[in-house]
Amino acid sequence: MSKRLPFILTYAVTVFFLATPVTGQVDSVEQLSYPPLPDIHVPQPTRVVLDNGMVVLLMEDHELPTVQVSARIRTGSRLEPADKVGLASLTGTVMRSGGTITHTGDQLDDYLESKAASVETGIGVASGSASMTCLSEDFSEMFTVFGDVLRNPRFDPGKLAIAKTRIIAGIARQNDDPDGILSREFSKLVYGKDSPYARVESYATVNNISRRDLIDWHAKYFVPNRIILGLVGDFQTEQALDLVKRTFEAWPQGKSFDDPIVPYQTSTTKNVYYVEKSDMTQAKIIIGHLGLTRKHPDYHPVVIINQIVSGSFGARLFSNVRSQKGLAYDVHGGIGFGWDYPATASFSMSTKTDTTQAGIDALLEEARKIMNAEPPTEEEVRKAKASLLNSFVFSVDSPGKILGKFLTYEYFGYPSDWLVRFRMGIEKATVDQVRKAARTHIKPDQFVFLIIGPRQGTAPALARYETVEELDISIPES
Amino acid sequence: MLSIPTQRPPRRLFTLLLFCIFCFPSASQAIDLASFEQNVTEYTVKNGWTFILVKRPVAPVFAFMTVVNVGSAQEDTGRTGLAHMFEHMAFKGTPRLGTKNYEEEKKALEELERAYLAYQEAKLNAQSDAQHIEDLFSVFKSKQAAAAKFVKKNAFGDIVEREGGVALNAFTGADVTGYFYALPANKIELFCYLESERFLYPVFREFYEERDVVMEERRMRTESRPVGRLFEQFVVTAFTAHPYHHPVIGYASDIQSYTMTDAKGFFDTYYVPSNMVTAVVGDIDPKTLIPLLETYFGRIPGRPKPSALRTVEPPSIAEKVVTIKDSAQPFYMEGYHKPAATHPDQPVFDAIDDILTNGRTSRFYRSLVRDKQIAVSAGAYGAYPGEKYPHLWVAYAVPARGVANETVQHAIREELDRLKTEDVTDEELAKFRTRAKAGLIYSLKSNLGLAMSLTDYQTLFGDWRELFRYIQRFDRVTKADIRRIAKQTFVDSNRVVAQIETVTPAVPTPTAARKGE
Repeated sequence: MSKRLPFILTYAVTVFFLATPVTGQVDSVEQLSYPPLPDIHVPQPTRVVLDNGMVVLLMEDHELPTVQVSARIRTGSRLEPADKVGLASLTGTVMRSGGTITHTGDQLDDYLESKAASVETGIGVASGSASMTCLSEDFSEMFTVFGDVLRNPRFDPGKLAIAKTRIIAGIARQNDDPDGILSREFSKLVYGKDSPYARVESYATVNNISRRDLIDWHAKYFVPNRIILGLVGDFQTEQALDLVKRTFEAWPQGKSFDDPIVPYQTSTTKNVYYVEKSDMTQAKIIIGHLGLTRKHPDYHPVVIINQIVSGSFGARLFSNVRSQKGLAYDVHGGIGFGWDYPATASFSMSTKTDTTQAGIDALLEEARKIMNAEPPTEEEVRKAKASLLNSFVFSVDSPGKILGKFLTYEYFGYPSDWLVRFRMGIEKATVDQVRKAARTHIKPDQFVFLIIGPRQGTAPALARYETVEELDISIPES
Repeated sequence: MLSIPTQRPPRRLFTLLLFCIFCFPSASQAIDLASFEQNVTEYTVKNGWTFILVKRPVAPVFAFMTVVNVGSAQEDTGRTGLAHMFEHMAFKGTPRLGTKNYEEEKKALEELERAYLAYQEAKLNAQSDAQHIEDLFSVFKSKQAAAAKFVKKNAFGDIVEREGGVALNAFTGADVTGYFYALPANKIELFCYLESERFLYPVFREFYEERDVVMEERRMRTESRPVGRLFEQFVVTAFTAHPYHHPVIGYASDIQSYTMTDAKGFFDTYYVPSNMVTAVVGDIDPKTLIPLLETYFGRIPGRPKPSALRTVEPPSIAEKVVTIKDSAQPFYMEGYHKPAATHPDQPVFDAIDDILTNGRTSRFYRSLVRDKQIAVSAGAYGAYPGEKYPHLWVAYAVPARGVANETVQHAIREELDRLKTEDVTDEELAKFRTRAKAGLIYSLKSNLGLAMSLTDYQTLFGDWRELFRYIQRFDRVTKADIRRIAKQTFVDSNRVVAQIETVTPAVPTPTAARKGE
């Protein structure tokens, strides 16, 4: 008996391993193999265009008893007159906070918060937005409020005053945080200081905005034919569409017009700029120029470049500048993409003042390397593509996320199969295309250098340049 | 990234679950703990590591959160910031991940540590000869360069991201340290391999380079931002005895002097399986996952749980005020000492927090922002810097342009006093309960959010089911409770004030300094 026991045990163990090979522990990550992921099916929203031109996208999602509505409105702060910078933002805020013709802002606050619902509006650089979140049992009531806010804002003067107070406090505080200074001043250098993509509110422009301006702005842009509406959540599409029609169908179509071309400078000249900020123990450094839009034919190769430069833990900037040299906690870089105007392309970091020069040199070195000194290797491109393709499933892992993407594509005139094209574009991009794109789209002769920090410590680094232009960031009183 | 959270999501967001979450088509159908549990499998590996597995097959992905019950509150004087430093080191790989030759690298790392300890000992000794220190420093730098030759840079993060992982990150707080990412559903074994491997035998490669990175993190978050400087002064002033008083990121001199040996000691003491909880949420199958958990996580030997913290913060007997005179605009905050989040009165604090600060109907917003127009924002940090031990409830206001701190201070005090003398309204209490319930539902739309709340409750209460039980306590909060807690909490001697007062920066000259005397 006792002799046979080991045999039985061995046998049992063998059977166990054969039956469930998955529990065999591997020693290294290379030994792991993965079952295939099921084909990713991207559900398509229902798309309806109302007679007045409003585009409606609907997608059911019954996981949770909630409904989310989001709209894109064809407007934006880039369309503001130069002497009224802040108008779009104020309109976006006071549309909601100021209440509607039938309900004051305070009444809306009380009503929505008692239902744990929210309706919010805002206007950014390139689009306006309106959103609603509620429990599905309150959907019909809350959507009525949402429609009322979009159509009938009263622009209460008291709420306008509160919104102005907030913007004015923001202006007063605009030089407190180094990150705010960096992004603001860098945009001015890249787009041109008067470009609508760079300019910011001042006390003068905000004081120059009247309630009448808000009313006119709303009347001009908030018309159904400039609105794309998205609904996702726990509803039946037919009923939801009925509700949308009841709320918006009677809204007359607005005048159709083309928005003017927004000016910005299309190239920069190499130059060094400095902002003194004495209460820092670091220097902030950014180097760059204008970037691209997603419509550029090199979009997919450039996405791969960004992944290699700064897209992950193993990326070049993170590995070399942070982990190996220990120069920075935050280091970023890449060629930015806008939807319908170019974002910026930049390399940036924060480092102690003593290593300002080492920081600038490290960023420049990485830029030169990716361009030609050490162009993307086959292994790097393979890894970047694997990462982008393997994580693709996360871009479509919830109905809310998918609907949001469709709204964006619709608003900026991208094809509805943009997601599928993205994946194909990444799959197809070759190493040569990636290398060529790096040579083409990183332009050291156009680099503007911006350094922010205390004079002491950064001075030796700045002394190396023939000319350094110091930027005056003091806030004009009026 | 590898960061310290500045503000935790308020507990109330995680506390309630009235409606169905999974697999029930009807919107308003309430479910209880029993029906939720059908989707949850709890499993403890033989070494004591607890897993909470939740099936949520809405997409072929999953996310996880590992919470280690250790934070900066477990650090000793002289080694502040070590919990956070270890968090950074947990991304540096293992003997089988991140090296070109581990046998050689191991020797190089041992030599490096000997060289560093020798250098540090000399440096900290006031009688050391400067040249001697310089020589030892050169040896250290050459050993550092030698060890660096074996490093495969960021191999750990690289493999996660190559296989499609997203949201790879970690955080360190005063109470806990958390590690997380999300993967496609077919990579569940990769998660088991990597997450066990990283805590089975972490290798502290690039330790001294990473120390410099953390120092840059401190310079960026704490030193170079006005509010960063203020929060540090606030917390170091607020606590007398309890280790909550030291900043999570650590003091500069500690960051610049903790060693690999310190980090190893910290790891050995606190990163024991029985001190760790992982929640995995998404498209998973617990039946096939559990054997993998045993296989991979079971490799880690069981060790005794670390002993509990002994120090208890004594009652506050004096108001404390810190003022930073700075070129920045004014900022005002005042904190009040309160009990740990596990205290039976916590739901009363949750109610107070909601009524005072949640949304445009909150008392702070209506008084300071809407009516008096003296602030552009006013709110509270419900639990600062942690919640496991007695901590602070902190009100803050961002004054409007030209408004002084004392003006917003007065308005905040008015609202706190009102809570002592007048009952809150039925509507306020009802709104508190409604929003808390809905807030949880809204927050359950992500695998990671759910993983976070489950590990949160498991760690704090020892049972993730508290996520459901907590709900009943909200319904029992009375108007009298709120008055009682307000009277007991919002008193002068229990208060800590921190503020930024604006001064125009003047260039200090010897003459000016003399005039000032």
